Amino acid sequence: MISTLDQRPSIVCGEANPMAPAWTRIVACQQESSNTASYTLQFLDPEQKKNYRFQPGQFNMVYLFGVGEAAISISSDPDKCDSLVHTIRHVGSVTFAMNRLGIGQCVGLRGPFGSSWPLQECRGRDILLVAGGIGIAPLRPAIYQLLKNRDDYGRLILLYGIRSPQDMIFKEEVEGWMDRRDFQVLITVDYPSDEWTGPVGVVTKLLRRVRVDSSRTSVFVCGPRVMNRAAAHSFLSHYVPEDEIFISLERNMRCGVGQCGHCQYGPKFVCKDGPVFSYASVRNLFGKDEV
Amino acid sequence: MKNKVLYTINKSELDKLIGILQRDGYRVVGPTVRDGAITYEEIESVRQLPIGWTDSQSPGRYRLNRRNDDHLFGYVVGPHSLKKFFFPPKQRLFGIKRDGESGYIFEAHQPDPPRYAFLGVRACDLAAVGVQDRVFKQTMAEPYYAKARNDALFIAVNCTEPGGTCFCGSMGTGPRCSEGFDLALTELRTTFTVEVGTNKGRQLIEALEHETTDANTSHLVDLLMDNAAEHMGRTLDTEDLPDILLKNLSHDHWNEVAKRCMSCSNCTFACPTCFCSNVEDSTDLSGNHAERWRTWGSCFTLEFSYHTGGYSRSTPAARYRQWLTHKLANWHEQFGTSGCVGCGRCITWCPVGIDITKEATTIANDVKRSRANQEAKRLEEVGS
Repeated sequence: MISTLDQRPSIVCGEANPMAPAWTRIVACQQESSNTASYTLQFLDPEQKKNYRFQPGQFNMVYLFGVGEAAISISSDPDKCDSLVHTIRHVGSVTFAMNRLGIGQCVGLRGPFGSSWPLQECRGRDILLVAGGIGIAPLRPAIYQLLKNRDDYGRLILLYGIRSPQDMIFKEEVEGWMDRRDFQVLITVDYPSDEWTGPVGVVTKLLRRVRVDSSRTSVFVCGPRVMNRAAAHSFLSHYVPEDEIFISLERNMRCGVGQCGHCQYGPKFVCKDGPVFSYASVRNLFGKDEV
Repeated sequence: MKNKVLYTINKSELDKLIGILQRDGYRVVGPTVRDGAITYEEIESVRQLPIGWTDSQSPGRYRLNRRNDDHLFGYVVGPHSLKKFFFPPKQRLFGIKRDGESGYIFEAHQPDPPRYAFLGVRACDLAAVGVQDRVFKQTMAEPYYAKARNDALFIAVNCTEPGGTCFCGSMGTGPRCSEGFDLALTELRTTFTVEVGTNKGRQLIEALEHETTDANTSHLVDLLMDNAAEHMGRTLDTEDLPDILLKNLSHDHWNEVAKRCMSCSNCTFACPTCFCSNVEDSTDLSGNHAERWRTWGSCFTLEFSYHTGGYSRSTPAARYRQWLTHKLANWHEQFGTSGCVGCGRCITWCPVGIDITKEATTIANDVKRSRANQEAKRLEEVGS
């Protein structure tokens, strides 16, 4: 039973107003690659610690004192209730500042926000996950749930594209998944090292190496825009229905509750209607530039 | 609407009304002449209203002129709407300070809003408040907005002389105030007729010297409203418009508008329904105190759409298209209403006079023409 998926969790925020953060402490920190680290956070307030729940694919607004907020997906197991993990690539002002923090220091949080991967709805189906780079982070909670309830699903496949072998995050875990007989994991890199013996090239090229039964496959995609687009179109050409392709989108976000307007994507607010969309629901916008 | 009971009050009663509102603890806000325009400001007496003034508005142009009478409300809307009172242009959301090991303590909160009584509000602005209600009260209530809004009192004025950029008639929001007011006035030569919208409004009219409006005067008000509806400065055919716009995101005209659009954001700030905002965080020099401020944002700026993957809308054409399609099309799906109330501010206050009614109509007409041509061709083929 996937207990955490029964209903959308309520949003935890600070006492001042919905735009004020609640406080968490970094209790563990794991370097994932040269520019990416995973931070395990625990709410300071016992009530918040007890009540905080999220669904795979959702995100938090992560606040650094005086620096600002960034929308970051949650990368931990939703069943692990006493803490949560954010896997952060240090690329912007907030995430760079995050790099300077260590265990014991405080980080603000508001969340969880947004839609989630449709794990309940996809029971009984083959699940094909496509991750590009840091895009593996919001898929990891789904992977935990899928593996935990492995018998409820058909075949389980992960196609994971990374820039170079050194950029792989969750390395040990991914290797563990590769050892499983009930989970097919394929990895491709753009820039191979001398030791790399696996596939080279864009992640959609991996599709040739797997069997996709379009009548019973649901696809979860999370990566850079170009990859999302290429992946969606590849699956469509494999006759996977539009409403069985799910994509997590990235936009500028300031509030998380559909009020600041930044994340608008046509009529959608990516923060509350997304970030996970079915291809069918964004069909008219997906191929359009500059929307 | 036309059969509503009206009351008549003498114009001199208006000062008394302002006095009552002040006594009841309201901050009275009304139109007043400031910096060459009529803006909504806090007022204390009728004398501060733009008595005997009118405005002349056209794309990119706004001028005040003298009227040849002493009308108190003989003009239409200026650059400011009520938006700034419920959703301030710049507001501190919170202040916090470091507190050793236990993290941080909130030390400053969002302020409590004053109780506002708005005098001289037009139908389009009332409609705009209704539109913003849907934005700020859904999903997660914005506390300042919700409080300011719930406490506010509206004494509206029906427009009898629409301005050059007005098109509330097309958007179904005016010129007559139909909802959202406590009292709605229509200005005549020496009197106002008054329509009561709420119980609060009824208490106010009871406190003033009033009589029931006679049938002739009621009829006159109806005629004035009909006449106003027929004399809108602009029109916009909204039939099928959302569908036409959303199916023509690649229309050439978006690029044509972009050649003139300066991406200055004026339209979004003048617009009474535009709700986008930025959030800014900062610390003081000690590094121990931080604040979060929210400021009005605009989809016309480049950084508005910035994220790690780049800019979602890098060209002015994309940004204009976003604004117009949001306002006239996507708003319907998001909030069940158009985002445009037809106030005309974006037309008047655009420095280069870009006209939302004209740009939308250009695209719509072109699409309708080519649809008609296609249909004619099809029929011809069927016929032969």
